[in-house]
Amino acid sequence: MYPSRFSYEAPSSLDEAIDLLHAGGGEAKVLAGGQSLVPLLKLRFAAPEMLVDINNIASLRYLREDPDGSLHIGALCRHAELERSSILVAHQPTMAAAAPLIADPIVRNRGTLVGSLCHADPQGDWASVVTALGGRVVAQGPNGRRSIAVADFVSGPFQNVLAYDEIAVETVIPAAKGTAAGGYLKLERRVGDFATVGVAVAIETSGELVTRAGIALTGVGGSTIDAAEAGRTLVGKALTRDTIESAAELAAQAARPRTDHRGSADYKRHVVHTFVVRILTRITDATQKAA
Amino acid sequence: MSSLYEEIRPEPASDVPVRRVTITLNGEKRVAEVEPRLLLAHLIRQGFRLTGTHTGCDTSNCGACTVLFDGKAIKSCTMLAVQADGHEVTTVEGLATASELHPVQEGFKDEHGLQCGFCTPGMMLAATALLRENPDPTEDEVRWALSGNLCRCTGYQNIVKSVLWAAKKLQSQSASAE
Repeated sequence: MYPSRFSYEAPSSLDEAIDLLHAGGGEAKVLAGGQSLVPLLKLRFAAPEMLVDINNIASLRYLREDPDGSLHIGALCRHAELERSSILVAHQPTMAAAAPLIADPIVRNRGTLVGSLCHADPQGDWASVVTALGGRVVAQGPNGRRSIAVADFVSGPFQNVLAYDEIAVETVIPAAKGTAAGGYLKLERRVGDFATVGVAVAIETSGELVTRAGIALTGVGGSTIDAAEAGRTLVGKALTRDTIESAAELAAQAARPRTDHRGSADYKRHVVHTFVVRILTRITDATQKAA
Repeated sequence: MSSLYEEIRPEPASDVPVRRVTITLNGEKRVAEVEPRLLLAHLIRQGFRLTGTHTGCDTSNCGACTVLFDGKAIKSCTMLAVQADGHEVTTVEGLATASELHPVQEGFKDEHGLQCGFCTPGMMLAATALLRENPDPTEDEVRWALSGNLCRCTGYQNIVKSVLWAAKKLQSQSASAE
């Protein structure tokens, strides 16, 4: 399979890249890891006139934790770097759980988190993880930078709110105010397949009480689902069998799964419930062990 | 070969804009003029006539087209040839020397790690990348590292054995070199 013809530019600065996108007038597309875009080009679902390859812009290649505890993921940070990051293991349990489950090991060497958010596939894992964590996408265009909550960034299946001359330059995960805990579980038929169901849970606790909780769902609706109500029901409470059960119930209700070759709608909803219980129970088990 | 293959061979029609790329392929500098839409897998196979890199699914699933790009395993059907400009690419042809097989190749031979052989080049490159990063992997780690490469013949058992065999061989080589 071959992409249709396009012109190709590989600028070495962000300003040049933005100029090229601007000049492209909506017919240019940004190429980062290419693990979603190149297949789309080959299938001719996408046929841009120009590709602006940002891989030579060294300033976009970073993964950094700021002194305030926020995590900054540059547009060229690959999944594999996240998978091997000691920062994630130490401070970002939800992301650390998700990183090894993205696509397959070879795709992870090229693909990027920021690109995955831009691609806005309803079955993309990172969008759920970043939604559960309350993360943001920073976009840069000719008129400067703006920061967009990920829930507002994705506007529909395979759609985001970037203007044609804006580049998503980084994703920011805010610092946890309490003790961060969480997880990501994904049911897939085999490695590299799209998620049948994915569940991201990110909570912060102070003492026994949950101070913040985010729950988001992959693959069970037309876009990433923010099960905000399920998260809210945990806030101000301790994790007990009852509170966990009610969060799981609300998350299952928030899912909008469709019956397909990966499973029935009822089955997928059941898996959402099970995964929420499993992630939260693991957190309580770990705290009890530590105590 | 279909006519489309002909149409975007590395020597495209004169009215199509091309870019000159310089790639260090298996340690040797190679130059080609390519259309931006040419995929790296096709430059390697049709342009440089190295047909050890296979194109299987053509949808970044199967890993038959795996090559090393600056030492990291990537799927060459999912990268543009122009993106390899200035980079190092290793294909299966770059593993053996004139006189000796690479230990990973020896392992596949010794442990019967292949049947039809279609997935084998990709498997061997993914395994080579693994053993550089982790010279003493467990069986689980080998299976994990190869989970982006599909084999429809072997059931993977002997592939995993081959990689573990190669790990031992590489370890004994580096021990005797010390």
